[in-house]
Amino acid sequence: MDRVPVLKLGDILIVSIQIDLQDQSVLALQEDLADKVVATGARGVIIDITAVEIVDSFIGRMLATIAAISRMLDAETVVVGMRPAVAITLVELGLSLGGVRTALNLEKGVALLNHLEGSRIAAAVQ
Amino acid sequence: MGVTLSVPTDAGRRRIEELLQENEERVLKRWLEIAGSSSSSHVDRSSLAGQLRELYQALRQSLDGSGDSDLRGLLAELSRSRARQGFTPTETAVVVFGLKEALYESIETDGSPEALRGFIWFSQLIDDLGLLTMENYAAAREKVIIDQAEQLLELSTPVVKLWEGIVAVPLVGTLDSARTQVVMEKLLQTLVDTGSEHAVIDITGVPAVDTQVAQHLLKTVVAARLMGAECVISGIRPQIAHTIVTLGIEFGDIVTKASLADALAHALRESGVEFVSRKTRVAVRTEED
Amino acid sequence: MTTPAELPVNSNSDVVLVRQHVRTTAIDVGLSLVDQTKVVTAASELARNALVYAGGGQVRVEIVHNGIRKGLRLVFSDEGPGIPDIEQALTDGWTTGGGLGLGLSGSRRLVDEFDLKSAPGEGTLITVTKWAR
Ligand SMILES: Nc1ncnc2c1ncn2[C@@H]1O[C@H](COP(=O)(O)OP(=O)(O)OP(=O)(O)O)[C@@H](O)[C@H]1O
Ligand SMILES: [Mg+2]
Repeated sequence: MDRVPVLKLGDILIVSIQIDLQDQSVLALQEDLADKVVATGARGVIIDITAVEIVDSFIGRMLATIAAISRMLDAETVVVGMRPAVAITLVELGLSLGGVRTALNLEKGVALLNHLEGSRIAAAVQ
Repeated sequence: MGVTLSVPTDAGRRRIEELLQENEERVLKRWLEIAGSSSSSHVDRSSLAGQLRELYQALRQSLDGSGDSDLRGLLAELSRSRARQGFTPTETAVVVFGLKEALYESIETDGSPEALRGFIWFSQLIDDLGLLTMENYAAAREKVIIDQAEQLLELSTPVVKLWEGIVAVPLVGTLDSARTQVVMEKLLQTLVDTGSEHAVIDITGVPAVDTQVAQHLLKTVVAARLMGAECVISGIRPQIAHTIVTLGIEFGDIVTKASLADALAHALRESGVEFVSRKTRVAVRTEED
Repeated sequence: MTTPAELPVNSNSDVVLVRQHVRTTAIDVGLSLVDQTKVVTAASELARNALVYAGGGQVRVEIVHNGIRKGLRLVFSDEGPGIPDIEQALTDGWTTGGGLGLGLSGSRRLVDEFDLKSAPGEGTLITVTKWAR
């Protein structure tokens, strides 16, 4: 089973999904992230899915769950880089990812978190 | 007639095969004259001759059962290429049917009951092959039409950049489901390519929408949100607003504006551009974040 | 790519392989990027259902023609418990497994043709087709 690495950049945790994940890897990532948010006191989580070719109901649910858990732990989650074809498919599938913030790319995701958290995170990331 | 019918088909068929072999050059030459003359100027003689020779060989092989002849495949290819090059159905069919006439001259010279009986059988065979050719031709034409419609769609889909971070797609004319889908895909891709967080879908030039089209517009706005961008729909005509409401389509929290200008102003405000109006002068200041 | 192909769906990694095989075949068939994504997503949902609810199954991936268009056909079959109320199972949000209940209903929207045959104790057979435009 592949494990997705979680990077820490200032107060932000960044996860970049690069390969086609099987369901256990998705669940493992969900747990890893919750642990790391608590351990690091991160104020934001960015999940970069630029390389992801499909998001099905399982991954979609994982994204929503991570966002909900993080919020409970006082961190905001932003999903960045969703491809047009993936977005169109998700809408057709019937998944709206309510409660998940999104941004076009990593840079804009960081900007959004900064905007949300104000200067605190901005200072940490510069 | 009684004479011809008393000859068994097998004997007739054998005679035809013999004639096709013995008179090959003569039949081919005549066939080329017939097939070539009825086609308009864009026919290339030498390549047609090559094609006919190939078909002739394949036909003979399929008759005497020697080798794995691909007569049907060759005919399909012939009709496909003719359909694509804009030959008419008649010009295409005559290539196949011309062989009947070309062979008939050898039959007449031969004059035997076997040859005449065989010719009836041969005519039926050619008729079948001709029908097959027509079917292939029609299918190929349909494919050409579908492809052209698609190219037109691509051409009539302008996505323009209005401002740094703001793109717009001004839709004009009748929107059907297929066109709306193409336009929307292109819009979403442009958001990624230009890093734009705002899009304006302007439907001022659209006279009416049906449920499906309204749904596609709606889905595009939701898809854009999933990608991290916001859409504004502008220029909704009263009739369209009426349609949307009577159809019970939920437009929810989607921002709509009366005109493209209003939509642009909204998008600019959202992206942090501030308008300061001083009497008649308008100054635009961009806020750094 | 050899077609038709018969792939097993007996583990989570099989589901990944099914997605990859369907993607390659969808490209061969000439589906647009969006249509590839739709059919791969549907395949992922149906494969996971076979794994989760029937303890495993298999899928046949084949290329089909209708005279004008080429298409991609997927036939999922399992010998699991079957679905007692098909209409209910095809309703958005209906789940017995704590999911979102979007796998079946969503897959149906993602493909051009969708056929579900199932009865209690007789397993489930789902055939979906996506045509190239
Ligand atoms: N192959 C199958 N065998 C038996 N029952 C099935 C099968 N596939 C689906 N079902 C039943 O149909 C229900 C709906 O399936 P569907 O895929 O739509 O939702 P889900 O799997 O519960 O959730 P989701 O796929 O959204 O995560 C399932 O909960 C299950 O009861
Ligand atoms: Mg499911």
